[in-house]
Amino acid sequence: MFEIVKKELLAPNIYLMDVKAPRIADSALPGQFLIVRVDEDGERIPLTICDYDKAAGTVTIVLQTVGAETSRMADLNVGDCFADFVGPLGNPSDLTLLPNEELKKKKILFIAGGVGTAPVYAQLKWLKEQGCLADCIQGARSENILILLDEMAAVSNHLYIATDDGSKGIHGNVCVALQQLWDEGNRYDLVVVIGPMIMMKFACQLTEKLGIPTVVSMNTIMVDGTGMCGACRLMVGGEVKFACVDGPEFDGHKVDFDQAMQRTRLYKTEEGRLLLQYQEGDTHHGGCGHCG
Amino acid sequence: MPVDMMKKVPVREQDPKVRAANFEEVCLGYNKDEAEAEASRCLNCKNPMCVQGCPVSINIPGFIARLKESDVAGAYAVISESSSLPAVCGRVCPQESQCEGKCVRGIKGEAISIGKLERYVADTAREMGIRPEGAKEKNGKRVAVIGAGPAGLTCAGDLAKLGYEVKIFEALHKAGGVLAYGIPEFRLPKKKVVEKEIENVRNLGVEIETDVVIGRTAKVDDLLTKEGFDAVFVGTGAGLPRFMHIPGEQSLGVFSANEYLTRSNLMGAFSEDSRTPIMRAKKAIIVGGGNVAMDAARTALRLGAEVHIVYRRSEEELPARKEEVHHAKEEGIIFDLLTNPVEITADENGWVNGIDLVRMELGEPDASGRRSPVEVEGSRYHVECDCVIMALGTSPNPLIKSTTEGLEVSRRGGIVSLDDYGKTTKEGVYAGGDAVTGAATVILAMGAGKAAAKGIDDYLSGRE
Repeated sequence: MFEIVKKELLAPNIYLMDVKAPRIADSALPGQFLIVRVDEDGERIPLTICDYDKAAGTVTIVLQTVGAETSRMADLNVGDCFADFVGPLGNPSDLTLLPNEELKKKKILFIAGGVGTAPVYAQLKWLKEQGCLADCIQGARSENILILLDEMAAVSNHLYIATDDGSKGIHGNVCVALQQLWDEGNRYDLVVVIGPMIMMKFACQLTEKLGIPTVVSMNTIMVDGTGMCGACRLMVGGEVKFACVDGPEFDGHKVDFDQAMQRTRLYKTEEGRLLLQYQEGDTHHGGCGHCG
Repeated sequence: MPVDMMKKVPVREQDPKVRAANFEEVCLGYNKDEAEAEASRCLNCKNPMCVQGCPVSINIPGFIARLKESDVAGAYAVISESSSLPAVCGRVCPQESQCEGKCVRGIKGEAISIGKLERYVADTAREMGIRPEGAKEKNGKRVAVIGAGPAGLTCAGDLAKLGYEVKIFEALHKAGGVLAYGIPEFRLPKKKVVEKEIENVRNLGVEIETDVVIGRTAKVDDLLTKEGFDAVFVGTGAGLPRFMHIPGEQSLGVFSANEYLTRSNLMGAFSEDSRTPIMRAKKAIIVGGGNVAMDAARTALRLGAEVHIVYRRSEEELPARKEEVHHAKEEGIIFDLLTNPVEITADENGWVNGIDLVRMELGEPDASGRRSPVEVEGSRYHVECDCVIMALGTSPNPLIKSTTEGLEVSRRGGIVSLDDYGKTTKEGVYAGGDAVTGAATVILAMGAGKAAAKGIDDYLSGRE
């Protein structure tokens, strides 16, 4: 059992939790993820790692309630436990393999969308610890769902904010912001984009046009997360890859995003039905498309 | 009861029509009278061929002799000398090609039902509360076992009996490996059988820590240094599912058998109450002819689908256990043999709506000695379906290899074993089961776990 030692509401439906998991805190590196089960009957849900504290033996996760399982997780409080908390899974970012001198020479731009901000924070913080400060564009639909602003500012060289409705920072999505930075003469050796697949797709189209190598982190459907089930497969450069053992980070210019997005819809109606059942309990009667 | 010495005492099974709609165990096993009647057919050969056919060398005539005298406890003690998971083996071993395949009775009549007798002994012992006995004294040495599947559980059990302090690290949230995620409830009940067998291994003093992915959460070298283990056994099992690389394979409704079975077995998705989703197909095509294909087919059937098995060779070459094929047919699975998929078609939303197949014929024998299938020209045809499950085997998981220095793997990715006892190229590290051989059977993995326990014992006692 893995105890929750801190819980914070970051924005509507977005929660931060510190969880006691010393083994993972000890071995985690930026780019890796977790699989979490809320209780003994829970589904295995992949979540990103936002931060880890080796001394305290805790791992920080950020979760957005999008289905029944994440809603159950959000209902847990300090002192409650997750039944299972497995990781760190997947390969660490390729940046962790670079010699320090090379890393310091690189000009890197991160693009974080929505709760994708959490894993970007882990990468920026690690880079800062290596003496490498990167720029970051943090995007959201609107100001009220921008998360971890102070924390992000503290680990970035420049933090640019972009909101679709213009309520804070640049008015427009992350692509508008990137184009603006480019037009102002900013140049980068590498762009790392983490967020919703649709955002990663369009960001990659732009960086390809601009000729900047780009890495994305693929949040696919998963079951075991250790290279056994094949649910997380996606096409990268015309080859079948598994997000859990070959990724989760891939060359963004080679990923078949349309197919990857299609695959995330696999269990959508069933998820919706379960969410309504959980939220409405015994009062659930219809609306999910599957009953009544 | 009267016994025909030439024939097996028939075993009671759930009616095929009834069981096709439930997940209860298919085979109901022998009762006392039936088991003792079957035991009475054993010739108690001086030179028992059956024992040679058993990968863990159970003293088969020995336990059957006890059974003839109604001594279940004695029979269980004999089996326990060689096997830690008899209730599992009695159910899932391919006996027809092992112990029963060599049985002298089988020359003129039918072989003794050794598997069903083993199952009777294990089940009855469990009901009587009999447990295998652990070591009287610890020897002070510690062994880490990676993976709580058949290889790991066997290796751990054997080492614990020898007095070692053993800890198993399991990546999933439940112990059992393929017994938990792969083999379905109707063949191997989880609560009644698998969990109890694992409990027996725990009772020998073996500790199991779940949710630890060795290679990620901790490395093999961490176990040998930081965590102070004297030796490590790697029993991580088979790895990534294979796909055909044909057009349409990424469509919605195409699954690996591993995913489909893991959802149903490990996560319990076959039950309506489960929170893990699974596709309940109308018409499912299962590609492949092994035990995993049969398990996926019979699971899909029970979840309401019309099920076809598509296999590129003929019935004779089906790698599955005969009993599984027989049960599948009884339940109404349709076998489309000498057939191979070439393309999966999908609707405008990406969901599978059919599959293009070609007919095959058998040509010259290939490297495996089996006649290799060749496509019949112009035989392509289309079949409607909403689900395709690929059961084509697996390739080794790269995780342990890529995170452990000095551990050599073969060209095909399996860990290299230098002798018959699982010794690897890395000092103090042993390996066995699918991680070495590639996908094989439960009992072969147990055999390898057993051999490695001996290898580790020799190594740590300085006898190597």
